[in-house]
Amino acid sequence: MLSTIQPPRYLSRFPLRGRTKSRPFHILSSAQPVTKTSFAADQSQILSIRYSLLNRHLSAVELTHSYLNRYRPPFDATAVKRLKDLGAIVVGKTNLDEFGMGSTTEASAFKVTANPWDLSRVPGGSSGGSAASVSARQCVVSLGSDTGGSVRQPASFCGVVGLKPTYGRVSRFGLMAYASSLDVIGCFGSSVADTGILLHAISGHDSLDATSSKREVPDFTSQFTSASSLKSRPLEGLRVGLIRETVDAGVDSGVKSAIQGAAAHLEQLGCVLKEVSLPSFSLGLPAYYILASSESSSNLSRYDGVRYGNQASSDELNALYEESRAKGFGSEVKMRILMGTYALSAGYYDAYYKRAQQVRTIIRKSFKAALDENDILISPAAPSAAYKIGEKKNDPLAMYAGDIMTVNVNLAGLPALVLPCGFVEGGAVGLPVGLQIIGAAFDEEKLVKVGHIFEQTLEGYNFVPPLITDVGGASA
Amino acid sequence: MASTLFRTIQIHPFLLYPTALFSRRNGVLYCTMKSSQTQTATQEKQQPPKVKVPQHALKKTVDKITRDYEAIIGIETHVQLSTLTKAFCSCPYNYGSQPNTNICPICMGLPGALPVLNSKVIEFAVKLGLALNCKLSLNSKFDRKQYFYPDLPKGYQISQFDIPIATGGYVDLDLPLEFGGGHRKFGTTRVHMEEDAGKLLHSGNGDYSQEITSLTSIYSYFSKHTVDLNRAGVPLLEIVSEPDMRTGIEAAEYAAELQRVVRYLGISNGNMQEGSLRCDVNVSIRPVGQSEFGTKVEIKNLNSFSSINRAIDFEISRQALLHSQGQSDQIVQETRLWEEGAQKTVTMRKKEGLSDYRYFPEPDLPEVILTQEYVDSISNSLPELPEAKRRRYEKMGLSMQDVLFLANDMNVAEYFDETLSSGADIKLAANWIMGDIAAYMKNEKLSINDIKLTPQELAELIASIKSGTISGKIGKEILSELLAKGGTVKGLIEEKDLIQIADPVEIGKMIDKVISENPKQLEQYRSGKTKLQGFFAGQVMKLSKGKANPGLLNKILLEKLNGQS
Repeated sequence: MLSTIQPPRYLSRFPLRGRTKSRPFHILSSAQPVTKTSFAADQSQILSIRYSLLNRHLSAVELTHSYLNRYRPPFDATAVKRLKDLGAIVVGKTNLDEFGMGSTTEASAFKVTANPWDLSRVPGGSSGGSAASVSARQCVVSLGSDTGGSVRQPASFCGVVGLKPTYGRVSRFGLMAYASSLDVIGCFGSSVADTGILLHAISGHDSLDATSSKREVPDFTSQFTSASSLKSRPLEGLRVGLIRETVDAGVDSGVKSAIQGAAAHLEQLGCVLKEVSLPSFSLGLPAYYILASSESSSNLSRYDGVRYGNQASSDELNALYEESRAKGFGSEVKMRILMGTYALSAGYYDAYYKRAQQVRTIIRKSFKAALDENDILISPAAPSAAYKIGEKKNDPLAMYAGDIMTVNVNLAGLPALVLPCGFVEGGAVGLPVGLQIIGAAFDEEKLVKVGHIFEQTLEGYNFVPPLITDVGGASA
Repeated sequence: MASTLFRTIQIHPFLLYPTALFSRRNGVLYCTMKSSQTQTATQEKQQPPKVKVPQHALKKTVDKITRDYEAIIGIETHVQLSTLTKAFCSCPYNYGSQPNTNICPICMGLPGALPVLNSKVIEFAVKLGLALNCKLSLNSKFDRKQYFYPDLPKGYQISQFDIPIATGGYVDLDLPLEFGGGHRKFGTTRVHMEEDAGKLLHSGNGDYSQEITSLTSIYSYFSKHTVDLNRAGVPLLEIVSEPDMRTGIEAAEYAAELQRVVRYLGISNGNMQEGSLRCDVNVSIRPVGQSEFGTKVEIKNLNSFSSINRAIDFEISRQALLHSQGQSDQIVQETRLWEEGAQKTVTMRKKEGLSDYRYFPEPDLPEVILTQEYVDSISNSLPELPEAKRRRYEKMGLSMQDVLFLANDMNVAEYFDETLSSGADIKLAANWIMGDIAAYMKNEKLSINDIKLTPQELAELIASIKSGTISGKIGKEILSELLAKGGTVKGLIEEKDLIQIADPVEIGKMIDKVISENPKQLEQYRSGKTKLQGFFAGQVMKLSKGKANPGLLNKILLEKLNGQS
């Protein structure tokens, strides 16, 4: 039990090497030594929050991007409020791709965040700062948001645990909307237990979000038994489906073998493993980009320069809108607004938006069928390990393709847990690879149970980045 | 309420004739000259040069021309719902509040804020849908209608697009007798739920026809004009009519019937001045006999039923004139503004192709699912609606004039019904309400809810007269006291000793007294000046303080005058 944690000690763990670009998040000036222990379990008192989650104690520059650089939100997001009410200390806000649009955090309105495993690589995105801050042990847990994989892919790249809950499990109130029907707030931690505790704290119905579920939240923490008390085959009989399409061509061979290793480990734990095919899997990516862009083109309409944010000086109204938005948004955001506007336009709606919705229904059904026959599905969290900074920046299609493993889960609204399961070549000691475990809707409990057992029984791996000198394993 | 009760739509036949128009405007000029010199100057400048056209010639032309064309009129009505809070947040809405005092992060569209539907909005929509005889969609949804304007904080309006909550339906109404009367049935295409936008506050004499885009500087614009978001997010029901109306009065009466319906249902105050009921009218004309529609023109800024009537009639004659002069190509699809001062429509903006609102389903709100039980429970709780009320009154034997008067205002109808249920005679109750009581309310500028006379006491008053307890004359006298101060009929009769004297002996005594006090008049009467009977009757009535039964009085008086004394 920690009764006092010194935030500055946490924050200094991520050294600023070479370029000054690598700090993953802004430090809150109000971060003080923590004395409360009321928040759930012992290690979870310090967290960071991704920029797009509103926190009223953050001023001016600390908010999302250049368009909003003088905007200070007047309220806390429900998830943040729940954590604060439980005694959590928010130490800072983490970097992200502007409005969550990106897979590398390079589309940030601030600086580029480096991957703690290899400072020349990206931490993933869009919640790259959150993943990097946990990976570098600058905080115990962190919040992010996951629209198409923005929690799971950076968790994989940074070697931490990332949990995307079922759509509706966590209130979106206070999350700056990217694509409302896909957005969920997700959790990062350095262990499944920490991540599960964090999710439990923020879950549950919120009267301020009409899409939040009224389902009861089970106590995920009851699943965390210590490794020593586990039976020899603790997951006996658990039906696991490996999604065939996710270990096909186009997936890095190192990633494939890491996932096969993880599958073998699950079998050793007693799982019944079989391959399942989801023929609609490859349709997820185009459907996702059409739906997410369409919704974002609408959600970002409110940033018009009239009430807050940057207002361009202009002679007439249309020019005011055009210039405020042209200057305020980054290029990735503008591209997606344009794509979304096009997809929703009269004459194109049926061909794009409507068809994408039909594809979404097909995907939802195929996942439902697969999960009727299996308790969980597994896949890689990303087709490769972390990219080099700049590697995909000028090739958006290659970057989008990297989201293939995760977007289907958002389209189906399902929960998924990503946890480190192995390494591929790269960096000083190799780059972490994440295993994605997908569960049935609102069955996060099973995910954290399986994830926890997997994590406790996986031997021979150390998922603490080499540059962290003062932390060994799980003890902080 | 009083103003509505006595609302009559005045026809303005002179509208079609610019000379008459000019003379009316002189009246307007006269009034405004005292207060504003500049306004007078502007108005003078705007006067059309056409006024020199000989009025008789023009009148005949316009009359003839309009007879050759048929107008097609459709109306979009926005009704502001009187829910306690806005559609998607818990802000209250009170008309006339200080700008930007009833706002929160949700209706301001701040980042991260989400809408949550107020269930009253659904209830009110279902009520209206049922009242308009619509088919309800048990499964509907909200959509986003996207456009940029400073009064629209989210950059989209939450509305309903392809699946409105109610479709089909119709409105029944009876035209006022001064417009020829007659029953009409106008179709309603759909009813859907949406949220209101904010308001641009124009300081100074705001020229509404000026689009913001034409301003030289947005900063100078916003220094004079600000956005008030109090109204943003207030729930609206939009009712789209079928293009079933043919004249201004039909359109105005359609709107008036909608107002009655929403007031009867208690879902809106329906007040046009406050913008709680807003009508946008589409007008096109076509030569009689032609089946395809002409180019339609939308008219906005219609703040009263009479302006709907007059604006449409103006627009019909404007379009007919252009048609007849071979200039029908000058009728373009546009939005025109009704100028109340000038009594004419002017171009506000031309439509450049179809606007693309890029509707798509609102992902922040779940689908709207109604159960049949829910609909049935609302259906069972609906009050008697205006049309049913009119038909019932008609069956009671009341004239259409009476029916319309009594049913037009929900409170009057309720008062009338209560008077009847207290046992009053139908025709007498109607006469009292429409006569003395209405006159009193008009003089005192009161609504029927403000008067002190209860329906039960009105019934009592009517019964007292009918039974002969008091005379009709006394009845009228005590009515004004009852209206102003309240109290009971019985109490007043006792207190003032007003019971009618119907005892022949007592009346005979009074007659004897009057006759004996006026020997000269008696002599004159008996020598043939029988007109003097009236004099004697008056004196006796005076002596009885108005309480003598007039029939009895005259009978006995005649006997005594003609008999031996």
